[in-house]
Amino acid sequence: MRSGVAIFPGSNCDRDIIVAIKKITPKAPLKLWHKDTEFPNLDLIVIPGGFSFGDYLRCGALAARSPIIRNIKNHVSRGGSLLGICNGFQILIETGILPGSLIRNKNLLFTCKETILEIQNTIKSPFTEGFQIGEQFKIPVAHNEGNYFAPKPLLEELNNEGRIAFKYVKGNNLDNNVSYNPNGSSNDIAGILSENGKVLGMMPHPERAINSLHGGTDGLRFLTKCIEHIVG
Amino acid sequence: MTVSNNKLYEDNKFEYMVQQESNLESALEMGLTKEEYNLICTKIKKIPNKTELGIFSAMFSEHCSYKSSKKWLKTMPTEASHVIQGPGENAGVIDIGDGLAAIFKIESHNHPSFIEPYQGSATGVGGILRDVFTMGARPIALLNALRFGSASKPLTKHLLSGVVKGIGGYGNCIGIPTVGGETNFDKSYDGNILVNAMAVGLADKDKIFYSAATGANNPVIYVGAKTGRDGIHGATMASAEFTDSSSEKRPTVQVGDPFTGKLLLEACLELMNTDAVLSIQDMGAAGLTSSSVEMASKGSLGMFLDLDLVPTREEQMTSYEIMLSESQERMLMILKPGSENKAKLIFDKWDLDFAVIGKVTDTGRLVLNKNGFEACNIPINPLVEDAPEYDRPYEIINNKKIIDLNKIVINKTINEILVKVFKNPNMASKKWIWEQYDCSVMGDTILSSGQSDAAIVKIHGTENHNSLGKGLAMTTDCTPRYVKANPFEGGMQAVCEAARNIAASGAKPLAITNNLNFGNPEKKHIMGEIVGAIKGISKAASYLNTPIVSGNVSLYNETNGNGILPTPVIGMVGIINKVENCLGVNSEEGNTLLVLGQSEEFVEGWISSSIYQEIINNEFDGAPPPINLENEKEIIDIILKLNEEKLLTAAHDISDGGLLPTICEMLFKNNLGMDLNLPDLLLQKDSKDILLHSWCFGEDQGRVIIATKDLNKVKLLLKKYNIKFFILGEVNSSSNLNIKNVTTISINDIKNLYENTLTSIMC
Repeated sequence: MRSGVAIFPGSNCDRDIIVAIKKITPKAPLKLWHKDTEFPNLDLIVIPGGFSFGDYLRCGALAARSPIIRNIKNHVSRGGSLLGICNGFQILIETGILPGSLIRNKNLLFTCKETILEIQNTIKSPFTEGFQIGEQFKIPVAHNEGNYFAPKPLLEELNNEGRIAFKYVKGNNLDNNVSYNPNGSSNDIAGILSENGKVLGMMPHPERAINSLHGGTDGLRFLTKCIEHIVG
Repeated sequence: MTVSNNKLYEDNKFEYMVQQESNLESALEMGLTKEEYNLICTKIKKIPNKTELGIFSAMFSEHCSYKSSKKWLKTMPTEASHVIQGPGENAGVIDIGDGLAAIFKIESHNHPSFIEPYQGSATGVGGILRDVFTMGARPIALLNALRFGSASKPLTKHLLSGVVKGIGGYGNCIGIPTVGGETNFDKSYDGNILVNAMAVGLADKDKIFYSAATGANNPVIYVGAKTGRDGIHGATMASAEFTDSSSEKRPTVQVGDPFTGKLLLEACLELMNTDAVLSIQDMGAAGLTSSSVEMASKGSLGMFLDLDLVPTREEQMTSYEIMLSESQERMLMILKPGSENKAKLIFDKWDLDFAVIGKVTDTGRLVLNKNGFEACNIPINPLVEDAPEYDRPYEIINNKKIIDLNKIVINKTINEILVKVFKNPNMASKKWIWEQYDCSVMGDTILSSGQSDAAIVKIHGTENHNSLGKGLAMTTDCTPRYVKANPFEGGMQAVCEAARNIAASGAKPLAITNNLNFGNPEKKHIMGEIVGAIKGISKAASYLNTPIVSGNVSLYNETNGNGILPTPVIGMVGIINKVENCLGVNSEEGNTLLVLGQSEEFVEGWISSSIYQEIINNEFDGAPPPINLENEKEIIDIILKLNEEKLLTAAHDISDGGLLPTICEMLFKNNLGMDLNLPDLLLQKDSKDILLHSWCFGEDQGRVIIATKDLNKVKLLLKKYNIKFFILGEVNSSSNLNIKNVTTISINDIKNLYENTLTSIMC
């Protein structure tokens, strides 16, 4: 699989997702710089977490106007897969590639917690087709603006079209550090898909759950299946 | 005056003003004493102008010169075979094998955080990170040690919430995980909180960068953010007592920009991968002044800077303002001649300023040009090597009182006391705090806050086919009430508790960075606290072979004449060879809990100066529990031995609150229970018996509780090494901690208190 990781000034999970992808496929992802306007055709582009341009304006707003975005949009229209994690999700929303908005967490605090995600009944998507509906993953979140917000018609549309990839659920975990809907997202939404199912934006960090000693390996399980289905 | 002359004057008016001769009055305003001012005039053989005087004032401040503590700091143990660089550089460096070095330091940002909690603490984090990456290390973890006033005060809530947001605001954004720390509340910090931030980084052992300037005529480069008027004279502000009017000093607090910090981090590390950098120093306290002076002084050279070339954020900044600004995210470097263009390309890529602003000279003088005039020309030596050093009078006051158990009237049951213990925000979970810190970015965190006695971070890239990799263990510790009661014992205790914590996480203690927070050293009893604590720390550090490799001193932590509890924070780093062997505090069903360092015959616990004693008497009194270094070392060694044999599931040191709260904490996570064994002498006691209470809540040192699946093998080893121990009981699924014939404690109820006390205060 040919993949690339888009790096903006202030991205800080680029190394983490590269480490995760290298655990799954032998071919290391290309590092794409925010000013790059030319790169080879890729199967998957990941926009990693971080604080692009410091997030001093709305999160992701400046990154969404970087030179690389035009190429990322071309990649999407070619049918390429695109994954935005955390700040990457915020950037995808700011570019208009994904709808809705991500606003301040309901408790107005930065929140770093374990969450349980549950796969929803979705349209055909490489990011969900490897899983059973209702399958759960323990994956951490760490963000200040992860509260997914959208007008009711849009929420209904996402729901009806099967574009809600996963929701935060309570799970049956006794662990008090696991949090149900840590940010106040509408309908407990943790990740959404584009109309063609090839673009996923998610707040939780699967690349931080790839080690049996810390946080478990559910993130690795998730990414592995995604990559298998992207390769086809 | 012609029009052009007039314009010339207007353009240079402010610069002209700072180049006028100073006088005693302005020296006093800048925090210098009359003697110091006279010393300056004599040493430089002229009356300094205002810029020159400002430079002296900053360099002579307690913050930069360590003038009250230097005499005693020199007595601390700083060497061991694994020490690569001790105190005196930006951070300490130790050898951790495999060609790697751990680089770490702790630093205070107390005064600014009280005045402006968000920016004060954020820049504290930014500053300590720069200290670490200046030396060529990629920072891998942040910790902190925080002290606030009474938790019930509205001001405390404001300060705590601002400080936590500030620490998170910087650390989360720059992408370095905050993995551990400690937070305590005491009324002595009502008017003077403590914010100590620690950073740990990794570098190749043979690629460490130092700050001594080299080679006359080599270019001096300024990189990073532009210089503004923020933080002017911050170091001087941080070296004075607070008064009610301290909020007027808000403009002296720096403003942090973690985004630029991140760019600077990446740009510096990228440049350090080339061979261009000869020496480098961050601009921290006293900004361009301390960085240029220290680099020149360490290299026994001089420096010429053209201040017109310094990138500034505001117009018409004077030489005084440029030299004393504490704008953040800036570095000063000496580059190999000819490598400027290559370096500039890297900084251009990261959109950072890059300016050649001067050169190294062999004159031994600091010469500054501004607007074409010579704004400063002073010898370097009087600024650093001839800086005043005081041998302040001191008196060490020890509280020798031992609380007589027979005189205590108790009207509370064990359950009631346990409730009080976990309703105490000092004992309750700090979840509300650490959930606001990103603990898992960088993907190498193994254990972080709330999971173990010390945080464990994997050393990136050390995984191989038979191990998940090596790890660094790290913790911050201090029990200020013990230090107050007996500075020497309290100093030893801080080191021992830190070492115990490192060992309880499965790692070997290696070295220390310390943050000595005290009141006004001009007071004899406070100087006594400083001297006593330093002697205690030194003795324990030397015994445990954990030398002090870096640190920071923060004095004058007083408001309106009231000093804080003496708080010498110990930041310790250790190593674990296989991270999969790390230990948390959570026991599992079927484990046996044993307390090490405590015999079957032991019944009377040490309650003087304990949390229990505070619950009974409403304030702390009496001598702290004594430290026996031999016992401490034995306990550390045996835990490492047992863990090496893979006999342990969990370990937790006994500190504040004593045995019973420690057992509870080991049961919380999995909602477990246990039938607690008692020593024979306590079998017939009731729930209000003082001897039983002292056994449950005494704070005797040198003890760790371990959880094991293999009691017999553990017992054999403990007997072989002649270690005192007592079997506490077997962990079961009942969620009840049962003390036979005495009481039953609901772990769920106590856990709720433990988890929610702080949240309910803050929300």
